[in-house]
Amino acid sequence: MESQNNNNNNQEKFRDPNLDKRTVISPDGQQIEVDPLQDYFEQARPQVHKPASKVIEKFLNWARAESLWVLGFGTGCGSIEIPPLTTPRFDAYRFGVAMRPTPRQSSVFIISGYLSVKTLKRAIRSYEQMQNPKYVIGLGSCTINGGMYWDSYNTINRLDYYMPVDNYVAGCMPRPEAILAAFESLKKRIKEGRADGANKYAEHFDWYKANQKKVIKDWNMPDYNW
Amino acid sequence: MNTTIEETLTSLESRFELKDIKQQRGDLVFVTVKKEQLISLLTHMRDNENFTHFVMLSVVDWIEDGVFQLSYILNNPEKHVDIVFRCMIERENASMESAHHLWKQVATYQRELYEMYGIDFPGSPRVHESFILEGWDDIPPMRREFDTKKYSEDTYFPRPGRESKDPKEHMKNKLYPDADK
Repeated sequence: MESQNNNNNNQEKFRDPNLDKRTVISPDGQQIEVDPLQDYFEQARPQVHKPASKVIEKFLNWARAESLWVLGFGTGCGSIEIPPLTTPRFDAYRFGVAMRPTPRQSSVFIISGYLSVKTLKRAIRSYEQMQNPKYVIGLGSCTINGGMYWDSYNTINRLDYYMPVDNYVAGCMPRPEAILAAFESLKKRIKEGRADGANKYAEHFDWYKANQKKVIKDWNMPDYNW
Repeated sequence: MNTTIEETLTSLESRFELKDIKQQRGDLVFVTVKKEQLISLLTHMRDNENFTHFVMLSVVDWIEDGVFQLSYILNNPEKHVDIVFRCMIERENASMESAHHLWKQVATYQRELYEMYGIDFPGSPRVHESFILEGWDDIPPMRREFDTKKYSEDTYFPRPGRESKDPKEHMKNKLYPDADK
């Protein structure tokens, strides 16, 4: 049913053979039919999660704010600022900020600089694979208005058209202190219950998808790809 | 093989048609060659003249003259000498003989040139697969007739309120406001 949504005009033109139906042989010698579009990907749209009662939500938000796990995904120049952030000089760990190797374990996604269209595709996949609640920090001028790549043919200008952004850090590049300040301000937002990006993404899912598909011309992945 | 670069060039001139020989430095020479002779020249340089290292292949878009200038840079690792072979090809339906059989890495350069400039290299491995740009459907973006600013404004939702200043005028007005009076 949902697979109809996954098809669009470009899917035929830029067919990804990895997404084709095929038969694989298991280690036991069984033949298994695999349809990646059905089997490997979620088939439902993201849902809006209603907050629990006020008291519980306040406690949850406190817990979320004090353990921000960051996805180790670097784009552009800003990814250079992340290693000093986690090593002894700036030591983000004392703020409860830890790096994680997989989107399934992360709650914060730092877009650390310019995003080319090719990277945007991967960033969207990673963002959708993260569990709710999830937060996005846009680092550097490039994520705000394109920065020095504002007239480039291959880099996006506004990150908030493709995924909901909680915090922007201006600068080219911001220093690690600025990123620490961004974490502090993100914590404040979470504790006030204002960091609601995942719900916003689910609510305006069609608008975000339309924007994403406008720039990613070879959209050969499923719409719900987490 | 104890030849200097000048002697190499002299021996080359007897076999190939060389134009605009320009010695930039003691170890860097630019030579313009004909499109038809280029591959045999590269083969000769690799096999007989000890220019075994292929440095890179790049292109310049001379839109006013209607040509692309391909530059093949070869290096002699023993004598530390570079020779740049320039080759002018037609801009319209640009196509060039592939050199991937001489050095494997040339195929990657050719793939990039096909994607960024639309220069075809028939027979080069995977040359028509997308390389950096996935799903590009406009004219190749590094060709000079491609208006990258317009494309960006049409595609990437520019944030309003951006202004740019001419650095010279801006600094002049800021530092010496009375200069013109």
